[in-house]
Amino acid sequence: MSKNRKLLPYLYLFPAILFLILFVYIPIIQNIGFSFYDWNAFSPEKIFVGLENYLQLFRDPIFYEALKNNIWYAVISIIFQVFGALVIAAILEDKLVRRFSPVFRTVYFLPVIISMTVIALLFTFFYNPDVGLLNQLLRAIGLDHLAMAWLGDSKTAMFAVIAVSQWQSIGYIAMLYIVSIQKIPNELYEAAEIDGANKIKMFFHVTVPQTKEMSFVAVIITLTGAFTVFNEPYILTGGGPGNASEVLSTYLYKTAFSKDMMGYASTIATVILAITLVVSLIQMKLFKTGKEG
Amino acid sequence: MKVSGQALNVQVNVNVRKRKKRVKSYAGLTGTYAFLILYLLVIAYPLFWMVMSSFKDTDGIFNHSWSLPTKWLVENYVTAWNTGISSYFLNSVIVTFLSCLITVAVSAFGAYALSRFEFKFKTIILVFCMGGLMLSPQVSLIPLYKLIQSMGLFNTYWALILPYVAYRIPFTVLLIRSHFLSIPKELEEAAYLDGCSTFGIFWRIFVPLSKPILLTSTILTAYYTWNEFMFAIIFIDDDKLRTIPAGLMQFRDALQTEWGVLLAGLTISAAPIILLFLCMQKYFIRGLANGGLKG
Repeated sequence: MSKNRKLLPYLYLFPAILFLILFVYIPIIQNIGFSFYDWNAFSPEKIFVGLENYLQLFRDPIFYEALKNNIWYAVISIIFQVFGALVIAAILEDKLVRRFSPVFRTVYFLPVIISMTVIALLFTFFYNPDVGLLNQLLRAIGLDHLAMAWLGDSKTAMFAVIAVSQWQSIGYIAMLYIVSIQKIPNELYEAAEIDGANKIKMFFHVTVPQTKEMSFVAVIITLTGAFTVFNEPYILTGGGPGNASEVLSTYLYKTAFSKDMMGYASTIATVILAITLVVSLIQMKLFKTGKEG
Repeated sequence: MKVSGQALNVQVNVNVRKRKKRVKSYAGLTGTYAFLILYLLVIAYPLFWMVMSSFKDTDGIFNHSWSLPTKWLVENYVTAWNTGISSYFLNSVIVTFLSCLITVAVSAFGAYALSRFEFKFKTIILVFCMGGLMLSPQVSLIPLYKLIQSMGLFNTYWALILPYVAYRIPFTVLLIRSHFLSIPKELEEAAYLDGCSTFGIFWRIFVPLSKPILLTSTILTAYYTWNEFMFAIIFIDDDKLRTIPAGLMQFRDALQTEWGVLLAGLTISAAPIILLFLCMQKYFIRGLANGGLKG
């Protein structure tokens, strides 16, 4: 009996561990190994090249273009998705607005539920240079000179892609903040009100510090998302025009499945792994218990 | 006297301040609502436009973008359904159903072991599980692609189901475990004394007491699988087996000029998960509060 009971937990855990080892952990380790070889999907031969792929990557202008775009993604997403979402959540949880906030909350959250494929294909209609709603709107209010081929112009393509992500995801982080704001004791706001603090002061002196932990989680989610983003650029622009809206994941995809340079693609994947691990380790270091993550 | 005079002064001051504040707060409130409604339009109008335009013909979408359809073309939906959406839809239903079933079952078993047993490698396995949360699918894409080919799974439903399950396990195990930990030990001990096996305890006590969290896990897994795109375009090549997100890309290429039909296809694809959300909002948010929708 007692011997049985010792083995039992492993039996219950076996399927979960098998899945994780086979489909998550082994591939990650294999990927690092692959990055030291030169190989493609159709020839069984792998040529060991040591760090050659990495040296090549660090001289590759497209890699830097992609990395720069990921950094843009991260910066803009932090401004809109973390700070913007906190402001929206704070407004929705204010007692003067609270009566209607379920309606706003539900609508703001809707895009989060919809797949990026649907959203991105929908936005190709809005960005259409001739008949898209965005240009129509600009022309209607007399800003004709601003109307342009949003996705076709290398100056605007990346930002047009990033805008779609913001449109989808602000509601998600706002919902996280709403849950977190609801946990703030009301007395803190009452005390601030007695001290004569206005709404803006209350926001900075009560809401912001009291939701610090959630902000931390939100930053991590946003950063990880920004450095692994794939769907939006892939569907909206395919990384183009040229490489103007290339990100690391689309470059990885193209290198692997269009150019069939599997070793080089594994190298890009390893760099993505390194970036996401650094972000996660900072999270663990600063936020030891991980109870909210 | 002096004291009460001061008090009166304070009282007057407060009144003045209050009145000023009220005027200011009316302006503030109007501004706030204006902002909320504007943002509501920015979110809702594109979705409204998608549904309205899905009933128009291409000319209507081009030339009368902002108006309601003059003639409601329900046949756009019929065409979309017959041009491939029906098969993508069915594939998505199968993949989502199996992924949910396997993910929740495997995770519940794992969570049971991690919450009710003491054993040597418990902490290590727990860390192993949490580590899975940090790893993004992009990173293992190429080895997974090779693995799926060598297992003979390429171009089958399992090419999607197995990786989906694997990537959902870490979060789902932790979510279910945190609930299992809150179930009182006494219940279990009583059942144990009555001669119940550990599986009996799991099935008759833990599962019935955890229905809401199991539902939350199922909904979040369904959300993930229904919308997943990257694996779906890479691990399945056969148009007959594609799920909705991958199929829509094919669908768009096939329907270059039939915008109304394309938009009808988009609407059909988004509808099930929106309905699920509107009906099960409470369970969605519960899982969400644990940080589990993305990543």
